[in-house]
Amino acid sequence: MKSQTPRALIAFAALVYVFLVGPLIIVIGAALSDTTYLTFPPQGLTLRWFENIFEISAFRRTIVTSLELAFLATGLALLIGIPAAYALNRYRVQLPSWLSTVFVLPILVPEIVLGFSLLKSVAVGASLPIFLSLLIGHTLLVLPYCVRVISASLASFDFSIEEAAISLGSPPAKTFFTIVLPNVRSGVIAAFILAFITSINDVSTSLFLTGPGISTLPIQILAHVEQFFDPTIASVSVLLMFLTVGVMAVVERTLGLTFLTK
Amino acid sequence: MTQPLSVENVTAHYGSTKVLEDLSLAVEAGELVSLLGASGCGKTTTLRLVAGFLEPTSGAIALGGRDLTRLPAHRRDIGLVFQNYALFPHLSVLDNVAFGLKQRGLPQAEREKRARAMLDRVGLSELSDRLPGALSGGQKQRVALARALVIEPPLLMFDEPLSNLDAKLRIDMRVEIRQLQRANGTTSVYVTHDQEEAFSISDRVAIMNAGRIMQFDTPEILYQRPANAFVARFVGFENLIPMKVVEREGDKITAEAAGGARLHLDQARFGEIADDFVLATRPDGLAVSGDPQAEGIPATLGLRTYLGRAYQYQCETEAGHLIANGPLSAPLATGARARLVPVADQCCILAAER
Repeated sequence: MKSQTPRALIAFAALVYVFLVGPLIIVIGAALSDTTYLTFPPQGLTLRWFENIFEISAFRRTIVTSLELAFLATGLALLIGIPAAYALNRYRVQLPSWLSTVFVLPILVPEIVLGFSLLKSVAVGASLPIFLSLLIGHTLLVLPYCVRVISASLASFDFSIEEAAISLGSPPAKTFFTIVLPNVRSGVIAAFILAFITSINDVSTSLFLTGPGISTLPIQILAHVEQFFDPTIASVSVLLMFLTVGVMAVVERTLGLTFLTK
Repeated sequence: MTQPLSVENVTAHYGSTKVLEDLSLAVEAGELVSLLGASGCGKTTTLRLVAGFLEPTSGAIALGGRDLTRLPAHRRDIGLVFQNYALFPHLSVLDNVAFGLKQRGLPQAEREKRARAMLDRVGLSELSDRLPGALSGGQKQRVALARALVIEPPLLMFDEPLSNLDAKLRIDMRVEIRQLQRANGTTSVYVTHDQEEAFSISDRVAIMNAGRIMQFDTPEILYQRPANAFVARFVGFENLIPMKVVEREGDKITAEAAGGARLHLDQARFGEIADDFVLATRPDGLAVSGDPQAEGIPATLGLRTYLGRAYQYQCETEAGHLIANGPLSAPLATGARARLVPVADQCCILAAER
């Protein structure tokens, strides 16, 4: 009995891994297949479907748009989210508790509703340019993640550390950058990663806000699938995957390093 | 360098709750004053007001000739030591100590020299490259102390600095704090809820309750001559016996407790005694006597406990429940009748409570 339980556990864990990793392997396999239709296991090996991505101008444009959007929206959300999270934690006593709930609301509202309401109010209502509406939509979409994740980091931060710095003559604004921020670095990095992934993979909100000439990569993939069934779709998915992982690695490196040397 | 601190008629609120009421406190240059009281009495609020983390609703705070009342916290030049040390987790011990010097624009070499000298004084020169996470509680508190002292502030403030340390270390550290403070002659305010700690290291102690100072005096006076019932209870006068003067003859007076027990008191010892007053004693100041003729309060003895130097009795009297000590040589049984005799030089006279 004693040795059986772990073995069953190992088997179960292995199953979960297969379940998680399997689809990725299938997508990568399909992307390499030398056929004009999606198939797995791949028949023959080729990289032409990856080349094909860059031959289709819609993919080229949407990859750039998606990256721009993800970086800008994440940046904006951090610019709003870090001070918001700071205020929520620092002045917990004085602020009404519902205020922190407000920052999570966008998570609770179905994204499709968010997209639709933004379409009505921002894109059509205020007739803002498409890219700007997309940027507003994505910022709203990722803001709750930023506030939540950074809040969690700040919740374990002892604010008397900040007061100690101030009492030693460091002005409050400077103290925020030299003392508070370095100590919630991991939270900021986590927020960046979460927000970036959420933005670059978003379909539901973007669906309403994209328009003539401007689209995001996931929307373009959707459009492509409606008309073609070739392995380009698999290769673009693989590209998206590696792009995301690559950005994460770079962020982790640079953010981590600059903060450490301070 | 060292300067007197004055807090004048300060009232403070948290939101709409009044936490300090018309509080005044004058700390002389070079003096160590403790603010002592239970949590919520306003001692930490007072410290935060002086530090500049809280603005008073009214009143004024001044250090030396400088008016601090509206000065931002980072320009007050006050050394602070916190309960949880509040070291910068991402900076080395040396950088923690040098932080304040850096804010003052000192060149790197000078900063390091002074920080190292200060670390040397608190006995931590070998740990200067460690991160705070790798230190023990006592070491952390030493770094915090060094960090506050190195900027040579005209005022040092401590917020329960020892309450996270174990009992033995607490005593060592408080001696060390007192020695450093004496050597530098820095005016200091020390917040604590620990009576022994406050009494042992302070020149004067302010006992606080509900946002007010109940008495501000030397530890000796507080311990022997509390000014009111609150302070009396706080320093261990567990027996508060309301009495009435029934006869006056020069300095000699005769007073009666509830139930009719009479005591003779001498105003030459206690000073002017009002017609209604409270006689306060510690259990040590109320001797249990088996002699039925002794001048004291008749009592029925209850539970007896052994203190090592004496027996302590829970006593029921017509003047209420009292706690008295009796000699080890003559233990008395539960239920026995006895007299509780106030020991004159261990009693104090308080105004009657309204």
